[in-house]
Amino acid sequence: MILARVVGTVVATRKDERLVSNKLLVARPVDPSGKADGNYLVAVDTVDAGFGETVLIVSGSSARMASGMKDCPVDAAIVGIVDTVEVQD
Amino acid sequence: MQLARVLGEVVATMKDANLTGLKLLVLQPLSASGEAAGRTLVALDSVGAGVGENVFFVRGREAAFPFYPGEPPADATIIGIVDHWSLT
Repeated sequence: MILARVVGTVVATRKDERLVSNKLLVARPVDPSGKADGNYLVAVDTVDAGFGETVLIVSGSSARMASGMKDCPVDAAIVGIVDTVEVQD
Repeated sequence: MQLARVLGEVVATMKDANLTGLKLLVLQPLSASGEAAGRTLVALDSVGAGVGENVFFVRGREAAFPFYPGEPPADATIIGIVDHWSLT
């Protein structure tokens, strides 16, 4: 999984029918200190995350194991809202 | 599988129900010489690893298998604590 910050939302009227009523967010990966690191990605939100929050994103086929994502065409799902990251120096 | 060092812990209260009770650790992948190699990531822990330890982890769909029959939405899981490694 990767850490990322929610930086926006995606609105798409025409989309795969299995994505209907799922919230799509734009997220930017961050390192453990919170610094942006890497390219933006679109992820399905399964935990009601909001703008500016640091979240946990699961990628690849494992994203379909997120709640309610069975057999959906997704490769990135937000599965947790991060409270704290404690890193040893 | 890949070698990594455990850098820290992640705390998340709001999360997928299938992640409840599972430990989330921050990993730094390592090269064969023990240097940091690549981006950090967050992995589940199935072996009781702790901060500062060298471990190996599995990526992809297989990351959920250590928790069978549970099905946590995980794409990386620590599956071993490395005592030492050597290159011949």
